[in-house]
Amino acid sequence: MTNGWCDIANTDVVLVMGGNPAENHPVGFRFVMEAKRKRKAKLICVDPRFNRTAAVSDTYVPLRAGTDIAFLGGLIHYAISNDLCHMDYVRVHTNASFLLREDFHFSEGHFSGWDAEKKAYDKTSWQYELDGAGYAKVDETLENPRCVYRAMKDHYSRYTPEKVAEICGCTADEFKKAAAVICSTGRAGRVGTILYALGWTHHSHSVQLIHTAAMLQLLLGNIGLPGGGVNAQRGHANIQGSTDMGAWNMLPGYLRLPRAQWQTFDSYLKATTPKPLRPNAMNYWGNTPKFATSLLKAYYGAAAKKENDFGYAWLPKLGETENQSWGFFFDRMHRKEMHGFISFGMNPVANGPNTEKMLEALANLDWLVVVENFETETAAFWNAKQLGEKFYPRYVDAKSIQTEVILLPAACFAEKDGSFVNSSRWLQWKRAAVPPPGLAKPDHEIIARIFMAVRALYEKEGGAGKEPLMTMQWNYEQPLMPSLEEVAREVNGKDAATGQQVPGFAALKDDGSTSCGNWVYSGSWTEAGNLMARRGQEDPTGLGLFPNYAWSWPANRRILYNRASNDADGKPWDPTHATIRWNGTKWTGDTPDYKADAEPHQYGAFIMLPEGVAKFFTSDLAEGPFPEHYEPMESPVKNALHPNASANPVAPVMKSSADSMGTPDKFPYVAITYRLTEHFHYWTKHVASGSELQSNFFVELPEGLAKEKGIKGGDVVRVSSARGSVEGPALVTPRMQPLKVAGKTVYHVGIPIHWGYVGRVRGPLVNNLTPSVFDPNSGTPEYKGFLVNVEKV
Amino acid sequence: MNLQVNRRQFLQAGAAVTATAFGFRLEAATAAARELKIARTNQVPSVCPYCAVGCSVVIHTSGERVRNARPTVVHIEGDADSPINRGTLCSKGISLKEFVVNDRRLTKPRYRAPGASEWTDISWDQAIEKIARRIKDTRDKGFVEKDAQGRTVNRLDTLGMIGGCTDTNEINYLLGKFRFGLGILPYENQARL
Repeated sequence: MTNGWCDIANTDVVLVMGGNPAENHPVGFRFVMEAKRKRKAKLICVDPRFNRTAAVSDTYVPLRAGTDIAFLGGLIHYAISNDLCHMDYVRVHTNASFLLREDFHFSEGHFSGWDAEKKAYDKTSWQYELDGAGYAKVDETLENPRCVYRAMKDHYSRYTPEKVAEICGCTADEFKKAAAVICSTGRAGRVGTILYALGWTHHSHSVQLIHTAAMLQLLLGNIGLPGGGVNAQRGHANIQGSTDMGAWNMLPGYLRLPRAQWQTFDSYLKATTPKPLRPNAMNYWGNTPKFATSLLKAYYGAAAKKENDFGYAWLPKLGETENQSWGFFFDRMHRKEMHGFISFGMNPVANGPNTEKMLEALANLDWLVVVENFETETAAFWNAKQLGEKFYPRYVDAKSIQTEVILLPAACFAEKDGSFVNSSRWLQWKRAAVPPPGLAKPDHEIIARIFMAVRALYEKEGGAGKEPLMTMQWNYEQPLMPSLEEVAREVNGKDAATGQQVPGFAALKDDGSTSCGNWVYSGSWTEAGNLMARRGQEDPTGLGLFPNYAWSWPANRRILYNRASNDADGKPWDPTHATIRWNGTKWTGDTPDYKADAEPHQYGAFIMLPEGVAKFFTSDLAEGPFPEHYEPMESPVKNALHPNASANPVAPVMKSSADSMGTPDKFPYVAITYRLTEHFHYWTKHVASGSELQSNFFVELPEGLAKEKGIKGGDVVRVSSARGSVEGPALVTPRMQPLKVAGKTVYHVGIPIHWGYVGRVRGPLVNNLTPSVFDPNSGTPEYKGFLVNVEKV
Repeated sequence: MNLQVNRRQFLQAGAAVTATAFGFRLEAATAAARELKIARTNQVPSVCPYCAVGCSVVIHTSGERVRNARPTVVHIEGDADSPINRGTLCSKGISLKEFVVNDRRLTKPRYRAPGASEWTDISWDQAIEKIARRIKDTRDKGFVEKDAQGRTVNRLDTLGMIGGCTDTNEINYLLGKFRFGLGILPYENQARL
């Protein structure tokens, strides 16, 4: 989240889209209800299903799964064409005035640089026009047709309310009614927030979807303000933390993984450290060398020296354009190109797309280690034929699966220390309450014991790549079970000369005199102690920032981009409701997202970006500088804007023998997956109360479709896709109304997750149905808006 | 931090609410019952492991001072000091104790031999030894020090790793050192999905 849970109470308008917080984040949703109660905030819910968030909304708009960019693009067009943008904010805090290169253009669904043969983009034209000093040229009047604002206005001129209705399946009036409320925040003194979750990320165009949301919030002047922002609710206790720690194939702190073409540390830093694009850009990522050097010092300790590039050569290097994210490496595992796999508290069989492919991939391994609280579908994958009943017709018996499996019992959350990061970016420290049951062990002991045992083998026998393995620093007081407090102090970082904890990332150096395991967490455990364990109740601003409760990254800042809550001169857009204030010598309030004593005109408000301002137009993403509506990879209709570029042209689609894509003639209905409030993911099927409250898998069908098919509530139905099938009783509801799309009636089918073939209660895995199709930027699979058929059994 | 005092204050505040439709103070009775349940327990601050709202919880344990007994969780409730959940929990969080104290929890290492159709028991020492041997053999075969163009790459892509959603930051950091020490490139997390 740019903001945080408590902050939602400060808003005037809440757009919930691609999420269902009333059911899936119920405790956080209380802040939405508080905003409604105390500020008379309006709640808009846009979703294919009339869920419980919709039930308490002021305005509900149905839309077809996978058409969110069309809806949000429509809002951009609505705000611009009805003069509802916060233009003072747009002029000061965005790249609206930047001039684009003359050769940038968009036509027939493709941006300039499209190579139809290679199916790839050359991004050269997706840039600003630069002056002699390398800075972007600007036109403050916004009249130049090549300025970002005019290009954006042109781009979204196609997204009229009628076109939105044609694509999304709502009516133009429904769209306009919601648009009027959402765009009412486009002026000083009124603010709106956006809450989203996996309904936005489970698409083959998910990052661009969130980019569209950010653009809308910038046009309305809603970024950096209390009650504003673009807020990912996130679905698990610490996936924000694992993202921060680089667990999705980065180095900690959002530093990029090295690649083979960057052979020296210097070439890595040159390639990954941005240069400012405007004279007043602080360009904070310019400090990348300090963060990266301090990380190498944390990794390699005294062995990391300036003379040896701080040990940079020891880090593994990706190929020049190689992608090792989920879709790609499970595809390699399916092709028998991988031999071993270690799963630490994750259940890829239940979680990954196309379950049967996952099962086949694991059966192609020589060995598998699973570390878990409960037996999972992944641990028991070799028994899927028997346990999974009829859903894996092509799968083999256990006796033909040669994978050796070791299942290790691990401590659960209550049995180990450590910090979780919630969606507000708050790091909260927890303490172990009891020892784990039986012979179960905490994860850090398991990791350490395996690591030490492998190193002992290399010590004894030698072997490939001994140096990088033995040099990785593991000098904990108890190497076989490092204390997590010791690890947390290493993550915060210290000064080598004094041995003291650094106070924050501003103290990090690029000469090897500081070490830091993750610069964004620097400041969490200083000489003042463990700030993540703080329990201070004070709220001096009255905005719900609670600066002394837990610790928020970065720098205990509670609202990101908060300099933008003020105008160019440092005056708050809303003086009654200011995140930070300039008192003539320094900024007060929240930790400023700005230099604390820099006068308001010194830097642009978006200090991390080379532009110094927020970006409508960006060359960072794979499919274009502006978001464009693309259909899901499986769709009942062709793209109404450009039928010849229907789906995302650069989204990866896997093509193994287990993968196949369906067409609307055989699979006419649009499927969505969702969570139920009684269950948490694939865990609570092991817990009695959740299992009693929701014991059975079911399939939610719209009344019209059920009637067409002669299906009554409780009848057993089979839902099938080009990949596999699930079976369960039908729950017939009026919650997913049929939508008119391109003259066709489109029905949705809703399928809850939560079941599997191992648990106190059991049922089919919904991912039997889903495709191995991924967003090109995030590598997230398309679980919302794939095609299925439904039959009565 | 003084959990005990804060929680009592919270209960007293709850009890001060006016009489209900039943004609008597239900809150007071409920508060008294909760007092009995958690009397003389140890209280440990923790965080709910489910969604990312980050509700603080208080884990009540007992048995620390009993000879020949293991401490056990007797109750888990929302932490009234948290500005996020202010003592509340959702329907899943309220039953967290059943997650921790659960007869389906794994309590010993298990082994499934190639081609077998059953789990068998294995000791920790044997398990760690087998895993270390497997990692070394896979890595010795698959480790690439220099690529085809002679560039130093120190990489391993025949062995993959994946982390979960309640791995703490510190565990993720250690997994990172483990992974970069070995040179593992296929490395994923629940965060992707």
